[in-house]
Order: sequence, then structure tokens, then C-alpha cells
Amino acid sequence: MAVKPMGGKRGMPVPKGAIKKGTAKRLLHYVFHYNKGRMILVFLSLFLSAIGGLVSSVFMQINIDKVIVPGVQAGSFDAVAKKLALNLTIMGSVYVVSLIGTFLYNRIMAVVTQGVLYRLRKDMFENMQDLPIKYFDTHAHGEIMSSYTNDVDAVRQLVGQSIPTLFSSTLSLLVSVSVMLSYSFIMTAVFIAFVAGMFVIVKFVGGRSAKHMVAQQHSLAQEEGFVEEMIKGQKVVKVFTHEERAKEKFDLYNDALCRDATEAHVYGNILGPILKNMGDFVYVFLALTGGILLSTGIPNPSFGNVFTGSILPITLGMVIPFLGMSRRSTQAVNEMSQQVSMIAMGLAGASRVFTLMDEKPETDEGYVTLVHAEIDENGELTETQKRTGIWAWKHYHKADGTTTYTRLRGDIVMEQVDFGYVPEKQVLTDVSLYAKPGQQIAFVGATGAGKTTITNLINRFYDIADGKIRYDGININKIKKSDLRRSLGIVLQDTNLFTGTVMENIRYGRLDATDEECMESAKLANAHDFICRLPEGYQTMLTNNGSNLSQGQRQLLSIARAAVADAPAMILDEATSSIDTRTEALVQDGMYKLMQGRTVFVIAHRLSTVRKSNAIMVLDHGRIIERGTHEQLIEQKGVYYRLYTGAFELE
Amino acid sequence: MITTVKTLLKSVREYKKVSLVTPVFMVLEALCECLIPFVMSKMLIGTAPLPQILTYGGIMIALAVLSLLSGIMGGRFAAKASCGFAKNLRHDLFYAVQKFSFKDVDTFSASSLVTRLTTDVTNVQQSYQMCLRIVIRVPILFIFSVVMSMSINWKLALVFVIIVPFLLGALILLMSKVMPFFRKIFKKYDAMNNSVQENVGGIRVVKSFVREDYEKQKFDKASREVKDDFTKAEKMIALTSPIMMFAMYTSSMLITFIGATLIIGTGTWDAVAGAVVGPLTPSQLSAVITYGVQMLSSMMMVSMIAVMMTMSIESANRIGEVINTVSDLTSPEQGETAVADGSVRFENVSFKYSEKANKNALENINLDIRSGETVGILGGTGSSKTTLIQLIPRLYDATEGTVYVGGKDVREYDLDTLRKEVSVVLQKNVLFSGTIKENLRWGDETADDEELIRVCKLAQAHEFITSFPDGYDTYIEQGGTNVSGGQKQRLCIARALLRKPKILILDDSTSAVDTKTDALIRMAFEKEIPGTTKIIIAQRVASVEKADKIVILDGGKIIACGKHDELLKTSDVYREIYEAQTKSTSDKGGDE
Repeated sequence: MAVKPMGGKRGMPVPKGAIKKGTAKRLLHYVFHYNKGRMILVFLSLFLSAIGGLVSSVFMQINIDKVIVPGVQAGSFDAVAKKLALNLTIMGSVYVVSLIGTFLYNRIMAVVTQGVLYRLRKDMFENMQDLPIKYFDTHAHGEIMSSYTNDVDAVRQLVGQSIPTLFSSTLSLLVSVSVMLSYSFIMTAVFIAFVAGMFVIVKFVGGRSAKHMVAQQHSLAQEEGFVEEMIKGQKVVKVFTHEERAKEKFDLYNDALCRDATEAHVYGNILGPILKNMGDFVYVFLALTGGILLSTGIPNPSFGNVFTGSILPITLGMVIPFLGMSRRSTQAVNEMSQQVSMIAMGLAGASRVFTLMDEKPETDEGYVTLVHAEIDENGELTETQKRTGIWAWKHYHKADGTTTYTRLRGDIVMEQVDFGYVPEKQVLTDVSLYAKPGQQIAFVGATGAGKTTITNLINRFYDIADGKIRYDGININKIKKSDLRRSLGIVLQDTNLFTGTVMENIRYGRLDATDEECMESAKLANAHDFICRLPEGYQTMLTNNGSNLSQGQRQLLSIARAAVADAPAMILDEATSSIDTRTEALVQDGMYKLMQGRTVFVIAHRLSTVRKSNAIMVLDHGRIIERGTHEQLIEQKGVYYRLYTGAFELE
Repeated sequence: MITTVKTLLKSVREYKKVSLVTPVFMVLEALCECLIPFVMSKMLIGTAPLPQILTYGGIMIALAVLSLLSGIMGGRFAAKASCGFAKNLRHDLFYAVQKFSFKDVDTFSASSLVTRLTTDVTNVQQSYQMCLRIVIRVPILFIFSVVMSMSINWKLALVFVIIVPFLLGALILLMSKVMPFFRKIFKKYDAMNNSVQENVGGIRVVKSFVREDYEKQKFDKASREVKDDFTKAEKMIALTSPIMMFAMYTSSMLITFIGATLIIGTGTWDAVAGAVVGPLTPSQLSAVITYGVQMLSSMMMVSMIAVMMTMSIESANRIGEVINTVSDLTSPEQGETAVADGSVRFENVSFKYSEKANKNALENINLDIRSGETVGILGGTGSSKTTLIQLIPRLYDATEGTVYVGGKDVREYDLDTLRKEVSVVLQKNVLFSGTIKENLRWGDETADDEELIRVCKLAQAHEFITSFPDGYDTYIEQGGTNVSGGQKQRLCIARALLRKPKILILDDSTSAVDTKTDALIRMAFEKEIPGTTKIIIAQRVASVEKADKIVILDGGKIIACGKHDELLKTSDVYREIYEAQTKSTSDKGGDE
């Protein structure tokens, strides 16, 4: 048996390990590569939108100095009416442009963000579909899911919010600082000193916040694990009246979570007020500096005058807009700081998404394909598009450039196969077996003996370490995986149904099957009766892995699904374990019909199920210890005999 | 909605104080925030403003310090209040689930309960914190801005009277359009993630049927739809900012124009001070504009909060749903605390899982089991075997008729007493992460090691437990994945035995145990706990062959009941099952 995945974990992912190298670059590639034009437009729009804010503060001052004061001095409105009208027109036009910018960037960003998320999901899912089974066996399903939900969501915040905010804040900081420089070097120096101080605070408080955030995620995950275990076992909890104990233990986890969450939130919450009020301090200090400069009248070097050679003292008309600028800039710093945690979480999310995307897909060097065939008048196999019931392996020989067709018969041979899921632990040792076309081969043995492993190797869910497996004389490594698997119908112990109607679920076996064919298969699997009794028959919706059906009914459906696939060979892995013996007897008929003319591998717990097999392999710790027909094995009076007579334990 | 909020707020409890203190600090902070621009505007007037700067700068720094302190305190208390509230919510949810009846557990799926306890609580927590920190501030900022701008010049402030309703109307209109749309999208989004989950869970099926490309297409379609819908919704939301800015720009231009006219019309130039004097000064004009921005952005904040709130309303509802679930199956007050003996009697019992079901799962069941008897129950898939036995420990209540245990109606017993005396080994059983000892002690916390060994020997588990390197201290992984199915079943039986029940029910609990061990377990029961009533649901005839009574169920009805020999003669179904299972093994004995 492969490593069973742990129960799903949902909710926030636990940050672990470092962020993958190059994550930011790659994410930006997603943003920019597909949206070059859009992103240029976005930045342009952001720029335009920022100008609006700038103009409103600049023109306020201009209007006061150039319109109102002269107007008052002149004592007449008409003297300055023209000037005011002009100013208002300029303001109005800039505002209109700025509004358009705001509107555009918001809309385009919506398109860009959703587009990036769509692509991330798509690439992630497509790569995931091609991953080997091993990946799914060794990763918690909840963890995989969390990449689709939490991680993508974190990326959404990063792309949709943080990137534009960072850009516009940086922009307004740069613009403000350059305007400031044009007013006064001294005051700008005071300002920059404060901003540097703000960044130090962001680093300290933000760092604390991030540290506790990690602790919070950790206790959240722990609590979630406990809750999940308890709730999944809720019925057992009730049967054992264990509710009080569960509550006690829950409270421990819950309290720990509350402690960590509070710490994390405290630091997160106070960062804003600290920075905001730092902005006020800056304002006062700048006003003070300005005041001193004004009253002392010392020279005030700036870009505005340093090149003209005459360094004049500062004026009130310069101090006031400077103060306005400083306020805008500290706001920008504040906005940037609010993005810090979002960026960290977004990058961590993106890193996990990319890790999933970078998992190595199943390799497939196979080139032999499976085709429908018919036999022409000369008795030769020829390829055809029709379903003829005859299958052939299309084998292209590189050496001489010829193509040969081998009829699919279901002749499967394993030669001295060794295998282990991990190198340290060998699961199968020196397994050799053959299945002649149309034969039924059964595997019997305790859990962990290697029964399912053998079937995992035949359909190449895992690749063998040593030895050979041949299918109709062809090494299965040469057969394309998808074609190999199409040739094998599989019914698994853990039935998995998909959201959709009963009919759709059966049709999953063969997408072009007609309704009639699906119903025929259901009849064969003895599922037709219960399906007809469902509220809407074949059109009944199944949700939650068919939670509205019993385990036995689910197994019948998955048998029907395999039947409609009509594959030349079959693997039945505990296909009837949850069907009661009486129903099984009924299914058995259908199964025998299904098995007719096919090579079938059967794994069954009930020995009655495997009795009629052509050969029974008794596995123990990855070795075949006995083989033969039922009668032969009974005669041998070995392990099988003891199993059969109940003197030996199967599990 | 209001009732939901009320339900949830009950969970605030000991965090009421901090919850109430937080807004006080936030109000203080908001007040400082409002006063600071006012002081700021006073700071720079005239040509020699140094003394002015010092005075007003001092006031401003004092205000900033006050604002800083209240901001920090508010932030701290808000964190404490919201995290504490979340803690209580999780507490109440978990406790509510512990009170659930089996029926309730069926109604809410496990994964949906986990989501409610995690994601939904987090959503509500965020909204709560926002309420405490922002919701109080916003009206204060708004009112203060209105008052201040009115007090400076009410004519100018009239501009806002026109702009504010326009902005409000536009925002409400937008939100009312976007919200229902969003709710619809979230459903689609959930469906998409659900299908990924199915895909991951069923990856073996996907790969066996070579359906990777089909799945890719399916996912692509779903995620494309999600993308399109989200884009549409976000494009709508994207209108809020421009609307807001439009209001802001329009009002500032109007004010500039009207203000300029007013100042020029009424003001005079004071050459000594170098400033305009009159009923309205230029610096007052810019103050009005500042307040206007504050006013409008506080409204913007309201609309953002509205968005977040509506999103978490759904979460709040889902939480309320669980907390408000009143289990229809509760322990009676002063219920019987002693069960006389292990007799069980069903009297005209019918049962259906939900009132809406049109067919009874059990139909008019009459059955009498004497104390100490061994009873076997056989029946096909879906014949309601499990349903039948679940009525005995009152995991469900009979819809009609009465179930008696020890001569009394099960509904008269204290629930804990009844379930202690009626021990069920469930079909879908679970071991929990922890050592074997810890798991066993679920049955009896006070049991000593000898007692544990005794029950494990009874359940034929002692041998394999001692074969583990750590013996009884072997750690069981979550879901019991590191023991085999048969071992798990025997541990579960041992756990149930530890309760020393008067009635022991095994619901297909030895299906993964081989016949020999199965027989050994039954023999041990016979010998060691003869006084205990044993009810055994089985697939194999052999498991129940020697029972005092065998009950055959079909479609929720008892179609035959009697001893093995009688049934062979009288019941065709029983004979059929028996033959199906023994014929295949011919004369070699054992059916597996």
C-alpha cells in the first residue's frame, strides 16, 4: 500500500521554509508578460490619478497667493475673475484626467488581477494533473487544496492591492521629495531623517507582527488539526460520552491560539497609529524649522535657486506648500507600511503555488500506442477509427522506420520485479508472475503484503526499480502511459465519485458512451435497480463523493463506470468489499460477464471472491509465497489453506 | 440578520469591557485627528510666525502624543477584544457541536463544521475588530467635519449638503447592485474549489481512466467562469473610487470658487499683518476643503465597511446556525441513572431519518431481547441494520413507537448513563491520535493497566499489541492509519468492552478480522461476559450462527427471527444467504 495521505487541513497555510528563490520575479512575469499593454496603461493611469492629488494642493496655494490676495488687495472680484476662471479650468481639466486615470486603473487592475489568478490556477492545475500518483500519496490533500484557496487569495491581495499601492505611494513620495528639494534642502533633510526613522519603526514593529503572525498560524493549524479529528470522529465521541474531555482539550488549543493571535494583532494594529502620528511630529518639526529659517532669514539652498547662484532666504509661500507635501509623503509611507504584511503573505503564497507548479510531472518515454484495429481479408491487423472490440498496440520501430501492430490480448508477465516506494524500504522482492489472456489472477495476503503495489506497477502509477513487466510481449516502459491505462479498467476500494449526475459519473468511464450504454453497464453491475429508486433516477445529482449513497452503492457505481469503459484488461482492487454477500452474489454474475475474455487482476479480502480465479498468488511481505489454483493451494495445505479454513489471520 | 448578530454577540462575554473601552480610545484618537488640522491651520499665519509655531506646535505635539497613545491603546484593546471574541465563538461552536445529536452531525458535514470553526470565525473576527476600531470613528469624523466647516462658514458648507447625498446615493446604488452578484460568485468559487478537492481525492480514478485532459478542460471552464464573474464584479466595485474622487474634486472646485468670491467680496487686506482679514480668510478656506475631504473619505470608509460586513454576514449566519441548533435529542432532567438489566424491547417502532423522507427506514419493528442474550442481525445493503441498533443507545429517537432498555423507555434515562451501559462499536469507527493506552481509556479513564490487558485479550488484540516495539504505548496516527483494518477493529472492540456495558453492540465490527479470530472473540464473549447482552450485526452467517436469536432485516422490516436451525427451515432468505456463503466453500468449512 502506498503511503496514505493525512486528513485534509484547511484554513491558513502554515508558513514554512524560506520563500522560493525568484518568486517575486516570476510573479511579476505573470503580471507583466500577459498584460504588457495593460500594465503600462495602469502605471500611466496611476500617474494621472496621482497628479490630481498633487494639483489640488498646489493650486490651493496658487489660488490664495495669486487670486484671492490680489483680489482682496484690489478690492474687486472682476480684477481676478479671469485668472480664477483660468485656474479653475486647469484644475477641472486635470481633475477630469485624473478621474479617468483612477477609473481606468481600477478597472484594468481588476482584469489584470483576475487574469493572473486564472493563469496561476490553470497552470497549477494542469501541472498537477500530470504529476505522478506518488505526489498525491506523499502530500496531504488539505495542503494541496490550500494552494488553490489561501495561497491564490494571498496573491490576489498582493497583485490587486499591494502592487498598485506601492507604485502610487512611491510615485507620490518621489514627486513630493523632488518638489520639496526645489523648495529647501535643509527642510528636506529634516524630513528625510524622519522618514528614515519611520522605516526603522516599520521594520521593528512589522517584524514583531510578522513573528507573532507565524506563531498564530502555527497554533491555528494545530487547533484545526484537533478540531478536524474530533469532528470527524464526533459519533465516536458521542458513543463514548467523551464530550467533556474533548471540550477540555479544545480549550487548551483555543486559549493558545487566542494568545498568539492577540499578540499578532496588537503589533499589527499599532503600526498605523504610530506612523500616522509620526507624520504629525514631522509636520511640527518642519514647521519649526521653517519658522526658524523664516525668522533668521539665513540662505536657503534648493534646486529652485542653487543653479541661479543667488541663494535667497525661504518665504512663507514656500513653507506652507512644503508642509503640505510632507503630509502627503508621510501618508504615502504609512500606506506602504500597510502593505508589508500583505506582500510577505502574498510572496509566501506565490512561492507555494510555484512549488506545486514546479513539481516534476510524470515522465513518459513510451511511444507504443493503443489503437482500434480490424482484421482485413488477409488476416492482417489494420488500424481503424471505429470501435471494433479489437485493440492493437501500434509499435513504431526507430531502427528501420517500420510500424508493426500487435494485437492486444492481455498477456501480462512480471519478471523478477523489485520495488519500494522509498529506497530504504523494499516492498516487493523478486516477484514473477504471468497472466495468460483471459485469465483471472487473484492476489491474497495481509495488509501491506504488496497486493495493491503490484497493480500500481502494472498501470505504472509507480515505476519498478528492477525487473521487467511485459504486456503482450512489449516492455510496459515502452507503452505510452495513457494508452497503457486505457487498456486497463480499474475498480478501486476507495470509490471516488464526482459532483454530477449518476449518468455523468458512469459516463466518466467512456466519455462518448450513450445513455443506453451507461444503463447497460449499470445493469451489468447490478446498480440499475437502486439507481431507478433514487429520486431522479440516472439524473440524480451526486455531491460530496456521493454522500447520499451507501458505501455498497458507491462501489456498484464504480463497477458500472469501469464496465462502460470496456477496457481489454481489468484490475479489481477490493471492488466488492462493502457489498453484502447477497448482493455480491448478484453482482458476481455481472462481474463474470464483465470478466469474460479479459485478463483480470483481483484483490479481494473475501476468499470466496477469488476462488474461481485461474491462479491465486499468496503474498507475504512483498514475496509470492504460494501460487496455484484454489484446489491446488488447498491441497498444498500451506498458508492459503490456513487462511481459507480460518486458522490464520489475514490482517 | 439581527437575530444572528444578537446570537453572536452573546459570545463576547468577558471581553465586553475591552470591547467597550476600545471605541472610547478610538473616539479620543478621532477627536485628536480632527483637531490636528485645525491647529495646523493656525500655526502659520503672519510673517514672523515663530512664537505661533511654538505655541501651536506644542499643542499639536500634545495632541499627536494623545492620539498616538489612544491609537496604541485602542489597537491593543481591539486586538484583545476581537481575538477574545473569536476564541469564545470557537468555544461556543465546539461546545455546541459536542451537544449535537447524531442527526445534527449528519446534517452538518464534518468539513463544513471545520470551515465554520476556522474561516467563518476569522471573517467575523475581522469584521468585529473593524466595528470596534473604525465604525465608531467614522461618524465622529463625519460629524466633526460638518460642525467645523459649518462653524467656519455655513454658506461654503452648503456645498456638502448637495454633494453628500449624491455620493451616498451613488454608493448605495452601487453596493446594492454588487452585493447579490458577489454572493452568487462566491458560490461558484466554492464549487470550483470543491471540484479541485474531488479531483485530488480521486486522482487515481482520473489517472486510471486517463481523464487528465478532460479534468483540465473541466477546471478551465470553471475557473474561467469564476474569472469572468469576478472581473465583472470588481469592475463594478472599481467605480467607487472615481465616484468618491469626483465628489471630492467637484466640491473642492465649488468651494474654491464660492470661497474666492466671498473672500474678495468681504475681506480687506491688512498690510501690517500681511494677511487677509474678514469673515472668511484664505486659510479657513483651505481648512474647509480639508474637512470636506475628511467628510467624504469617512463616507467612503462606510461603504468599504459595508462591503466587508456583507461578506462576513454569510459567515455569521453559518456560525449562528450551529450555535442555535437545539438538539432534539437531549438528556431528560433528572433522568434515570441506573439501568436495571441488559434487556431490550422494540415496540411498534418506526423510524425515518428526516421528516421529509417519504419512506420509513424502519417499519413497525417489534423485537424482544432478554438480558444476556446474544442476538445476530443479518440483512442486505441498505436494509437498516445499523439504523435499528442506533435506536438502543438513543443515537437517534424513534419516530413512532418506543424502545425499552432494562424495562424503561430509553428517553427516561440520563443520556450518559444510557450510553455508558449500551456500548456500540460503530461500523465506521475511528481511533484518535495518541497511544493505544490513551485510545483504550476512552472507554474508562480510570482503568488500570491490568484492566486494559484483560479487555484486549478478550478482543484478541493483546497479542498484536505486544508485538509492537512500544506495546501499549504505541502511538496511533490520526485516523489510525498505522494499524491494519483488522487491528483497528479489535482495538475498537476492546475500547467498548472497557466500559463494562450491560449491552454490547457490534456493528459489522469484525469484517476485517479473519474467521478464526472472529470466532475466538465470540468465544471469549461467551465465557467472560455471559451476563452482557450482545447484539451483533454481521455479513457472515458464521458470525451469528450460534446466536440465541437471529434477526433478518429487509427493507427496514423484520422478515424473520429465530435460531439458526429454525430459520434454515422457515426462512428462504436466510437459507439463501447461508447457502451462498457455505456453498462456495463446499465442505471445507468457513466462508472466507
